Amino acid sequence: MKVIELNESVTESNDRDAQELSSQLRGRGILLVNLMSSPGSGKTTLLKRIAADFAGSPKMAVLEADIASDVDAVRMEEAGVTSVQAHTDGMCHMDAGMTRRGLEAMDLEGVDIVFLENVGNLICPAEFATGAQKNMMILSVPEGDDKPLKYPLMFSESDALVITKTDALPYFDFDIRTCEERAKKLNPGLRIFPVSAKAGDGMKELEEWLKAAVTEIKREK
Amino acid sequence: MHEMGIVLHLAKTLTQTAKEQNIVKISHVTLEVGEVSGILTDYFSDCWDYFKGRSELLKDSVLEVVTTPAVTWCDSCKKTYPTVKYGRICPYCGSGETWLLYGNQCVIRDITAEEE
Repeated sequence: MKVIELNESVTESNDRDAQELSSQLRGRGILLVNLMSSPGSGKTTLLKRIAADFAGSPKMAVLEADIASDVDAVRMEEAGVTSVQAHTDGMCHMDAGMTRRGLEAMDLEGVDIVFLENVGNLICPAEFATGAQKNMMILSVPEGDDKPLKYPLMFSESDALVITKTDALPYFDFDIRTCEERAKKLNPGLRIFPVSAKAGDGMKELEEWLKAAVTEIKREK
Repeated sequence: MHEMGIVLHLAKTLTQTAKEQNIVKISHVTLEVGEVSGILTDYFSDCWDYFKGRSELLKDSVLEVVTTPAVTWCDSCKKTYPTVKYGRICPYCGSGETWLLYGNQCVIRDITAEEE
């Protein structure tokens, strides 16, 4: 019998997979954005808006991850965006292996940016690396400005926070400044974009940020 | 569901290590879990017991979970304090300028391998 000291994080093998996937995508000049939020925050509506505004430049694709069903993928296809539905078979998050298999099922010819629409959940997706070069989380106005206090990890792991449904601000006690302060406390480098995908407010700033990230990946290629 | 996901990752990491080191059977695994890792250890053990039966490598293994305390650092008064008891606000000076030093880890400390 022998005892082997490992002192290795449980997610070590996933972290390695994620790093490998990330650099392979970089080599192909593709930006992968991991989109995380709770269910009903407006991820699909936001992506449809971005697709319409980008109008093929940069060219985007969407990897939809859900526990079951393909309603989101169908909505994206209707909007004219290449989309593949991945099922996590009951798992509450996507990991690097699942992301790789999903991407392999996609036609990525000419694609510049892939959004991974992670499982709707503010806890687990933050703990598992997917291979994405950017983590973007969505918080919608009806969910409340206290979410940074409740789900700190998600806010610390993200590069950008998109506050959606700002057109609903008059009807909710959501204070953007309070939310920003709470989020920045956890993550001083976090970029924050309040938007209304429906009315179009704030979309330009978010889209400029995404385009700049695509350009950066291409430069490093 | 969260615990099950972590069990799958643990099993994957162990399987990979076993392959690299030519291990065919693991009899004991020590897992170090921080107090604020978000892992419910009872749940985790149940998931592990369910899952290990599916694997030749792990089916006779015993999982030992060691919980370690979480400690927060206060940047205003430069002191440390127990996270679970006081949360984000420093009990000494009342500052909110604090961050977690450790306590959210989930680390495989060691494994015991049966030799051929």
